[in-house]
Amino acid sequence: MIQIKNLWKSFEGKQVLKGLDLHIPRGETLVIMGRSGCGKSLLLKLVTGLMQPDAGEILVDGEEISGLKFKELNHMRRKFGLLFQSAALFDSMSVEENVGFMLAQHTKLSRAQIREIVIEKLHLVDLDGTEHLRPAELSGGMRKRVGLARAIAFDPEVILYDEPTTGLDPVTCVEINRLIQSLHEKLEVTSVVVTHDMDSAFTVATRMAMIHSGKIVAFGHPNEMLENDDPILQQFILLGAPEQILNVSNPVLKEFILNLREE
Amino acid sequence: MADQPSVPQQKPVSLLRFADFAGARILYRLSGFGRASIFVFRTLALLFKPPFQLNLLVRQLRLIGVDSLSVVLVSGIFTGIVLATQGYIQLSDLSAEGQIGRFVCVSLIKELGPMVTGFVLAGRIGASITAELGTMKVTEQIDALSVMGTDPVKYLVVPRFLACAYMLPILTVFSTFSGIAGGYAVAVYLFNMNGVFFMKQVQSYLYISSICISLIKATSFGMAIALVGCYKGFTISVAGGAEGVGKATTGSAVVSLMLILVLDVLLNHLLFTLLQLK
Ligand SMILES: Nc1ncnc2c1ncn2[C@@H]1O[C@H](COP(=O)(O)OP(=O)(O)OP(=O)(O)O)[C@@H](O)[C@H]1O
Ligand SMILES: [Mg+2]
Repeated sequence: MIQIKNLWKSFEGKQVLKGLDLHIPRGETLVIMGRSGCGKSLLLKLVTGLMQPDAGEILVDGEEISGLKFKELNHMRRKFGLLFQSAALFDSMSVEENVGFMLAQHTKLSRAQIREIVIEKLHLVDLDGTEHLRPAELSGGMRKRVGLARAIAFDPEVILYDEPTTGLDPVTCVEINRLIQSLHEKLEVTSVVVTHDMDSAFTVATRMAMIHSGKIVAFGHPNEMLENDDPILQQFILLGAPEQILNVSNPVLKEFILNLREE
Repeated sequence: MADQPSVPQQKPVSLLRFADFAGARILYRLSGFGRASIFVFRTLALLFKPPFQLNLLVRQLRLIGVDSLSVVLVSGIFTGIVLATQGYIQLSDLSAEGQIGRFVCVSLIKELGPMVTGFVLAGRIGASITAELGTMKVTEQIDALSVMGTDPVKYLVVPRFLACAYMLPILTVFSTFSGIAGGYAVAVYLFNMNGVFFMKQVQSYLYISSICISLIKATSFGMAIALVGCYKGFTISVAGGAEGVGKATTGSAVVSLMLILVLDVLLNHLLFTLLQLK
């Protein structure tokens, strides 16, 4: 589905991505992990063509996105749903207008039809009855969920989640994880989830990748990641979870951590 | 003075450095100029491309036109008052105070009407456009538009451009007439002139050509204000944050003001030499 080859990107002399290669297979949920500032959000922006790489290729369905004309790029982007790390809601619009934005822009649906879809998507993220509110009237976690509803409103083929559960309470986290899973199972979307939340990561992932110093240092099934003895990866997974060990809901991860603790 | 020999050695180096620095600055300016031109052409090209989103335009027309009307009227009146007062004093030195109506009318229509309206809108609308779009840029809302397959230039810039281009001439008519009213008040109530005589003069100097000059100027000022405002907002550096937005906002107003002055001079020449409008 998405093929990334030898991607380089720097900012004012600071090299962030250094020849990153990654393949995101169709229909999989890929979790991307990595230290803060390692370029995860940046990678999502490069994939959606919001930024241009210094070098390298990004192929979406075999098409190089930097080679696309403006119009073609705009068209290709409709396949994507991106949840921004900051949610990036339009603050001059209501929640309803935010979630229904793509439908209003790119379809001929009536207001009432759009409203119906919006209400359905808001229900999915557990935000019934918030249609008329403005983003400024929402809490951080609610904004994130409106962003999520907006990202899935146009039924995208690929959903890119930038830290979907950060700042949410444990109950909502579990619901969001379920939502990600069910979108994956029912609609067979391809998902990319950037997260620091190891519990969430091991719950939703069918593939995992770890970015370190501008490259992918580990890639594979969640179980392979647990067996991978790369010290950076081990540290990341172990440190990511111990405080929450009692409320880790993923049995594989729980067992793994308990094993590591005993050693 | 021991290191005197090193001075001539340093000179070429620092000269080279300076050339390097200056060259980089010039290139930077030129590339900025290139980017700005591309932005302008893209906006113009998108003007005629469907879909046309009338609701966005109407919203901007209201924000830009209706909400600016009171400020424009007030500044128009005061311009007329000042103009008539100074004009009367100067003209009476030449024993030509009878021409005050002509003086006020012609200067307002051709110069001060569009100029004052342009200044007011550059400060009011140009700056607010930059602040709004700049904030959208910094908070990734413009990226969000792009990602959702909507061209931010089409969605944000085109309606603002059209609204400014339509509204400036209309507001200029209001400011010009309120200016004439201000001048009338000064001439009639302060200097005891005959009101009918004043209005007769205004009427006989209200040439079609002057009105054309006024509207052409106003339209171009409007376009300039919108383009500068939007460009400054779009090109804000994300790293600058709230302070960056503040700086860009002031910058936008200053650049618009300068551009209005330059355009005014250029248009005076152009319209006079090419079209023989005076
Ligand atoms: N627009 C930009 N201008 C300058 N530098 C940038 C820009 N965007 C990202 N960077 C730099 O790129 C690096 C990666 O940023 P990115 O936002 O992708 O990190 P991240 O992996 O998402 O981190 P986090 O987990 O904290 O969200 C950072 O060091 C940041 O300083
Ligand atoms: Mg990030």
